[in-house]
Amino acid sequence: MNTNRQIPGALGRRREPLTDTQLLLTITICIFIAMYILAMLVWGGGFLRPQQLFDMFNNNASLIIISCGLTIVMVAGGIDISVGGITALVVMSCVVHLDNFGGSIFTSVLLALGIGLAFGLVQGYLIAYLKIQPFIVTLAGMFFARGMTTVVSVEPHSAKHAGFLALKALRIEIPWLGYTAKNGNIIPGRLEIGVVIALAVVLLVFILLKWTKLGRNLYAVGGNPQSALMLGINVKRSRFYSYLISGLLAGIGGFVFLTHTGAGNATNATGAEMNAIASSIIGGTLLTGGVGNVIGTLFGVLTLTTIKSIVLASGLRDPWWQSITTGAMLCLFILLQSVVLAGRRKGRTRVRTAVPKRFRLQRKT
Amino acid sequence: MQNDVILSMRKISKAFPGVQALQDVDFTLRKGEIHALMGENGAGKSTLIKVLTGVYEKDAGRIDLAGVREDIVIKSPQEAQELGISTVYQEITLCPNLTVAENMYIGREKDTLVHWKQMVRQSGGILENLGIPARPKQQLASCSLAVQQMVAIARAIDMDCKVLILDEPTSSLDEKEVAMIFDLMRDLKARGVGILFVTHFLEQVYKVSDRITVLRNGELVGEYKTEDLPQVELVARMIGKKLDDLSVIHRKEISYDNGGTTAYEAADLSSDACPNPFSFRISKGEVNGFTGLLGSGRSECVRAIFGADKVSSGKVAVQGKPARIHKPKDAMKNGIGYLPEDRKVDGIIDDLSVRENIILALQVMRGFFKPYSRAEAEAFADEYIKALDIKTASADTPLKSLSGGNQQKVILARWLLTHPQYLILDEPTRGIDIGTKVEIQKLVLKLAQEGVSITFISSEIEEMLRTCSRLIVMRDRNIVGELRGSEITQDNVMQTIAKGAE
Repeated sequence: MNTNRQIPGALGRRREPLTDTQLLLTITICIFIAMYILAMLVWGGGFLRPQQLFDMFNNNASLIIISCGLTIVMVAGGIDISVGGITALVVMSCVVHLDNFGGSIFTSVLLALGIGLAFGLVQGYLIAYLKIQPFIVTLAGMFFARGMTTVVSVEPHSAKHAGFLALKALRIEIPWLGYTAKNGNIIPGRLEIGVVIALAVVLLVFILLKWTKLGRNLYAVGGNPQSALMLGINVKRSRFYSYLISGLLAGIGGFVFLTHTGAGNATNATGAEMNAIASSIIGGTLLTGGVGNVIGTLFGVLTLTTIKSIVLASGLRDPWWQSITTGAMLCLFILLQSVVLAGRRKGRTRVRTAVPKRFRLQRKT
Repeated sequence: MQNDVILSMRKISKAFPGVQALQDVDFTLRKGEIHALMGENGAGKSTLIKVLTGVYEKDAGRIDLAGVREDIVIKSPQEAQELGISTVYQEITLCPNLTVAENMYIGREKDTLVHWKQMVRQSGGILENLGIPARPKQQLASCSLAVQQMVAIARAIDMDCKVLILDEPTSSLDEKEVAMIFDLMRDLKARGVGILFVTHFLEQVYKVSDRITVLRNGELVGEYKTEDLPQVELVARMIGKKLDDLSVIHRKEISYDNGGTTAYEAADLSSDACPNPFSFRISKGEVNGFTGLLGSGRSECVRAIFGADKVSSGKVAVQGKPARIHKPKDAMKNGIGYLPEDRKVDGIIDDLSVRENIILALQVMRGFFKPYSRAEAEAFADEYIKALDIKTASADTPLKSLSGGNQQKVILARWLLTHPQYLILDEPTRGIDIGTKVEIQKLVLKLAQEGVSITFISSEIEEMLRTCSRLIVMRDRNIVGELRGSEITQDNVMQTIAKGAE
């Protein structure tokens, strides 16, 4: 504790040690890059093409969006496991709305946002103002949403709406990041419309968490709700907003999911909430709240996908291998996080005394 | 003189169901003064502060604040802050995961966006101005407790406060850190802030305060200038009787080198929390103490003796026979009891009743599959409730509804019930009013006379001087000296600690 007794003016230019959030973010990014380079070196092939990376985004745009929502909730010290269910409900509702009720793209977007907001509103109110356990409330929300999905349609449903199919087929082409096919044609790198939305969401959530009062209040509430209250923060309202935003993002995620698959199915986005939680955790968000970063979450999703791709590339095609590896990696990540954080705490109080006396700096008298 | 008054509270009354917490209490705070509010637990200090900060609404009386002439009504802590009344609590109410700068500004910006640069610059200025050794961009968790407390004070100051309430800000700090807080308080005083200071430590009151207001049982005893009120008088006013009791206590001089038999002996004992091996011996009926500054390793040592942390090396003998003590249950079986430092975390189980809390240790030793009958348990509990004069509605009352002092007595009863040969008391009197403190000290000496060996640890050195016949002095997790009999004086302890630096 003595290490802090310095005069502030004297160290104006010294770099601050990383905060817990920044430290965990750095670890995640480093691990992702290391893993991707490893994949490029060992398995080569697809990993060498930029399209591989683009496809990771294409396939996971909706997961990125709902993971952002989960990061917000987890930073504020809560949990939301209803997001997968909401996604499925939105997908099914939108596709039925488009095909059977003559909806337009605009109205279906409104429908998606509306469903997400409605869930967020109710769940947020129950958790923040009526103080019911978030796990229970969102578990109920999950069952309700899954049930409603089959009420909307039991049969799988493919979108036939012409305008929507055009939107679904829309690709953003990046010619200079393409590759040359066997027949000599240059195939440009392709990104789906959902990726743009996902990246915009990441950016907006980043700004929300870093630069707005609400965002900082969420960190305070997650760090120590009692203190946050004493510091004059409206804890209930902050919590309420976290679930509201999470629900809204699940709605957006649902629509993006639809633009990727183009079909509604009762089993859509099964386990998406768990993948989102895993991504947030890998990205350095602590389940205990107060620490986390949405950029980390983005890398969390990418890391999770890279692991799965590597499992596939190494020839283990059975689906359970992906689950097993994901589980093992998640375990490893959490272990790493807690070891690193515990090391920091320990270092602060013990390092000084751990140094044998004769090696300590002598104080001049 | 009257113009200097920034806060005056007149005839404040507040009742809770069954208790008159405050009865016609007056309190006056002047510009640029440190005013100590003293009283035993339950005297009404916290109630008065809570009335002032808007946590409770007063039943009767009038509060006037300089500048705001009329009779003001404070409804919430936020409102109090807006009026210029800020509070810094005993527990640090900041967020450890945020930076120092954020902690100073969060919750009071009007703008929706956070202006980081401006915030860092402003907070840097304030920290430098007040001489607080923290950097704005530093994560709060990386600051020492004292610095965190100072950041809390800086936050309060920056909110343009005229009245600063410090509710036991020093109770978890060591002496050096307390001195830092005091410097800051004096600095603020010079700037014209009125400070209301609440503490349990008498010495601290005399070090910094200008005036003392004493409360007893919710009533005002009086307001005094600090220099006009000697310590003995203050104590007498607080507890309402002359304190002959304090002088009656005489420690008994027993030590292992004048004929006692060894009760417990450890050689090169160390644990995870106490990495430096130490050797220690205590004889039957001896009262010894571990002293040293907070964080010097005194609690870690006794925890190692009890096996509360993972024991990593060392040989232990109890009553001359080698023993293996690796976990608390081993220690209990060897007749060792340990009253932990942190009552709330390690001691009480607050939802269980007084009776269940009392028989807990005995039950553990007997095993949970052989429970005591209700009648046996009641007999045990009643015996000790009577013996220790525990003030509780009944033995079935949940422990959390008892006052701190009575909770401590319950934990003490828990260990006495196991009839230990060696009892370790780690800060048994922390946060307890003076009357109970004296009772516990007397009990310690009585037990010692009955042949129980006792290790006593306290932050208040006077208490140790009164009770211990041998003091082990620690510094930076090493034993740096041992004082016996007449060597035990405050000066000697200080010198031993200071010498240990070499």
